[in-house]
Order: sequence, then structure tokens, then C-alpha cells
Amino acid sequence: MPGITREEVAHLARLARLELKDEELDHFAGQLDDIIGAVARVSEVADQDVPPTSHPLPLTNVMRADEVRPSLTPEQALSGAPAQEQQRFKVPQILGED
Amino acid sequence: MSVVDLVSYEEALATYDPVMGLEVHVELGTKTKMFCGCSTELGAAPNSQTCPTCLGLPGSLPVVNATGVESAVKIGLALNCEIAEWCRFARKNYFYPDMPKNFQTSQYDEPIAYNGYLDVQLADGEIFRVEIERAHMEEDTGKSTHVGGATGRIHGASHSLLDYNRAGIPLIEIVTKPIVGAGGRAPEVAKAYVAELRELIKALQVSEARMEMGQMRCDVNLSLRPHGREKFGTRSETKNVNSLRSVERAVRFEVQRHAAVLNSGGTIVQETRHFHEEDGSTTSGRVKEEAEDYRYFPEPDLVPVAPSRQWVEELRAALPELPRVRRNRLREEWGLSEHDMQSILNAGAIGAIVATIDAGAPADQARKWWMGELARHANESATPLEELPITPEQVARVAELVAAGDLNDKLARQVIEGVLAGEGGPDAVVEQRGLKVVSDEGALGAAVDEAIASNAAIADKIRGGKVAAAGALVGAVMKATRGQADAARVRELILEKLGVG
Repeated sequence: MPGITREEVAHLARLARLELKDEELDHFAGQLDDIIGAVARVSEVADQDVPPTSHPLPLTNVMRADEVRPSLTPEQALSGAPAQEQQRFKVPQILGED
Repeated sequence: MSVVDLVSYEEALATYDPVMGLEVHVELGTKTKMFCGCSTELGAAPNSQTCPTCLGLPGSLPVVNATGVESAVKIGLALNCEIAEWCRFARKNYFYPDMPKNFQTSQYDEPIAYNGYLDVQLADGEIFRVEIERAHMEEDTGKSTHVGGATGRIHGASHSLLDYNRAGIPLIEIVTKPIVGAGGRAPEVAKAYVAELRELIKALQVSEARMEMGQMRCDVNLSLRPHGREKFGTRSETKNVNSLRSVERAVRFEVQRHAAVLNSGGTIVQETRHFHEEDGSTTSGRVKEEAEDYRYFPEPDLVPVAPSRQWVEELRAALPELPRVRRNRLREEWGLSEHDMQSILNAGAIGAIVATIDAGAPADQARKWWMGELARHANESATPLEELPITPEQVARVAELVAAGDLNDKLARQVIEGVLAGEGGPDAVVEQRGLKVVSDEGALGAAVDEAIASNAAIADKIRGGKVAAAGALVGAVMKATRGQADAARVRELILEKLGVG
């Protein structure tokens, strides 16, 4: 199994908006490699008689009726927001100048 | 906006063959969001329809809206798709503040519906089959307002404001397979497909599918390949093309732009593009490659959806007559040409006409009023036909009054005007405005006598056999009765009195 490269860690870090130092990239590459290796052992024991699963619960079709339930008030919804304006969540500039 | 090189559409087609892929998002008309019980009502105060689940607060758990799943299955069936026996949701991860969760709950490798088709009818009656790749369930995003830049655009904005009322509203995304073989008719096919899909969604009653309200939105993927080449070219994806006319224009523009780039030896960049309503152009958005790394993974908080075959068959059996089948049936019943039927479809008048016929009006009368007087009013007031403040029953009543000879066409138009102006139903308007046809033979006879007396020269001509001159006297009587006489009866009376009847 190919190992996780520094470049892959750097790519993931960028997608997750994490700023990693060079030595951290090496460090996490090794760690991620170990984790993936550990998880990969599952496929060693899985055989034809074990169907793939994406969910641990033996449940399907858990649904609710299309009935309105009370929402939060705007004040409650906004109470955790670092900044607000016009009863809306205020977020910093999305696109930098380019 | 930068200037873009274009070649003429005809020139582009001489060298290249367009290939399209259309992605349409439909906002379902459910009462609540896809994964929580917040209301989906439009027009509410900002952030008044949110809860811990749709705000992505810790500890909250989503639960699927049963009606959302049912709607998805109905859409899939109407699009001749296979319905998955088992499917799951997936997280589409991205950092953008329109989703407070930092991911959109969607479906990835297991859509609920796949492998279907929709037959669309072009203006000349030709049927074009558009293959459907998949239809999957997901949720809408919040609404951003960009502040501090020019005209509310994200470029140059200092900050943005978010209203999450829309975040979590159920969406069905319908994706076509590559549409090949349309050639020069690609823009027309794209428009006809979106139009037919909209009719279908409305017929299923799963959404009002009003594009101007953003309830249905289209992304247009387009690439060109030189004639004779199998392999597709690089595509561009024009986002949020939100009217039928715009879909047609966006395809046309991209064909012309791609051809210009390729002709000059350039390469097409795979990117998203923004459509501009004002001039029908597109401009570059973000480069796709980078943005596409969404790290999808199965949604652990939702259990799989496994529509039973019995339920699917029940839904299939209950599907309404599909729009194209219905249109063709009505066209035959009404004895119309493809072209006339197309006009009725374009005017959005089919439902109103059918309802008016159901209310007792003859088909030709129902068509005449909706496609004439009422279509004109709708146009002038920029109101969808079906939202005019007049009911099919009222239109049927007007037609009935005309048939009974109580109104002539001119008076009927005034009655309709009165109804539209909120003066009440047809009978009330007739009453209040005093719009009855003068059928009192005595009063009419007096008006005819007077017209003959004051137009002696014309009367003589008629007596002498020039029957065509009677028109002038009919006009005089109509004027004297303020248009409230039955012109045919007036003519009869005139000829009778002058002894040429």
C-alpha cells in the first residue's frame, strides 16, 4: 500500500483550512499512514460473505412526517454568532482581492 | 466585464459539434426542510426559520423528511428512472458560509433514482430524447448578501450577511447524461428540456417550479468537439441560469465562445462561469479542478433510505398523466396545430383553459379568452396568467353570457376588465356597469329609426340595393347604444325596416 505523502497532507490541510508547518506535514503523514493502515486491515478479514457497510446500525427508512415544528427565534439563532448585522450572520470577506 | 471573442453561431457549428450536460435543481414544495421541522415558507424575517439541526449546532441530529423522499421517487419514476433499492446520503465538504455546517448533505455514489430519460418535443414537433443520469436528494444553501462592493457582488465586498432560512430546504438535483446529436438545435433542446421538466414537476405537484423565484435553477455544461471526433472537449459549467430564455442564450453564447477559443488555437479551461441576464454573456468564475475536492463521505447521522418495491409501485400507479401525453391528447381534442398548442404552453395557459372548460365553457371560447384578452393583461401587468385575479369559473361565466346573447365581445371584454379590477364577479360587473346588450326590441327599434332618419342618403342607397352600406348605419346604432347592442340583430332590423331584409 502506498504511503501518504507530504503533498497529500498539505493538500488536505489546505482543504481543511489548517496551517501546518513543514515538520508537522512529515509528522502527520506518518500518523495518517498508520491510521489508514489500521483501517485497511478490515478489508483483510472481509470476505465475499461480508457485505460492505457504511452504517453500523441495522436501520433503514427513519423518517419524519412533513410537519412544521417550532424554530429558534432569530435572537436565539444569532446568539452564538461572533458578529451580526440586519438580523443576519455577519461573516468576513469571502473572496480576497485578486 | 472583459471583452470575449466570439465567432458567429453558424461558423461555430460548421466546425464543431456541441455536447451538453444539464443539471437542474428543484426546490421541493414541502412544508418543512429536508432534515428538520423548520418551515420553508417564503418571505419570513431573516433567520426566523432555523434550528440547531439546520444551523449545524453540536449535538443536533437530522431526520429525513418522508415527503421529500416520496417526491424524489415520484420525480425519478416520471423520468423513467430506476429507483434504488437502498441508498444513502453523503457529506459534501466545503468551506463557504452559505452552509453553516461546512458541508451539504447530499447523495454521491448512491442516488435515489438513476438511468432514465425525458422525451421533449421541439417547436416543429420533433421528439428529442434526453437521457437522465441521476436524480438525487440534497438540501439548499442559505442566502448571502454581499456588502460594501459594487452592486451587491461578492467581488470587492467587505463582508457578507447570511440568512439561513433557505438552508436545508429540500432540493432534487436532476443530471442528464451528455446530450449529443442536437447539433445546431442544442440551445433549443436545452430550453425545451428545462421547460418540459418544469411542466413535469408541476404536474407531479412536488414543487411550483417557478424559475423566477429560484425554485428551479439550471447549470449548463457545454463542450465542443470537431465534427467526426468521438472524444468530448473540455467543458465549462455556467451556473444558475434561471429562465428558459437564459438557458437557450447561455448555450448559444458558450458555443460561440468555445469555438472562438478553439479556432485561435487556445484551450478551454474547465471552470464555472456566471451568466449575465443583461446581455446573455458568461464570465469566468472559479477554476473547477481545485474546487471539486469535496471529500464526500457517507453521512453517519442518517440511516439509509430503502424504498420498498411495493411502495415504489404504488407511487408509479398513482402518477398523473404526464404533460407531453396530456398536451397531445388536448391538442387532438381541441383540433389544434402543434404551433397553436406550443403558444398555449408558452403562455402557461393549459391549466387555466382546461379548468375553464371544466367549468362549462366551450373549448374554443376558453382558449379565445385566455389566449387573447387575458394573455394581453398578463403581459401588460407582467403577471403569470394563472395569477390574474380572475378564476376559470368567472371566465366560463363570461363565455356563457356571450353565448346567451346577453353580452357581445366588446362588452365581455369590459366585464373581464371589471373582474380584473376587483369589481366583483362577471354578474356583479354587468350589473354595476350596466353592460347588458340592449335586447329590448322597442329601444333598439327606436335607435334604428333614428339612425335611418339622420342618415337619409345612406338609407336611400341601401333601399336601392347597396346592402354593404348598412355597416355605416349599424355603426351609428352601436354608437347610440354605447356598444351595448347586438350588432347582428341591429343589421337585421335596419335591412328589415328598409325593405331589403
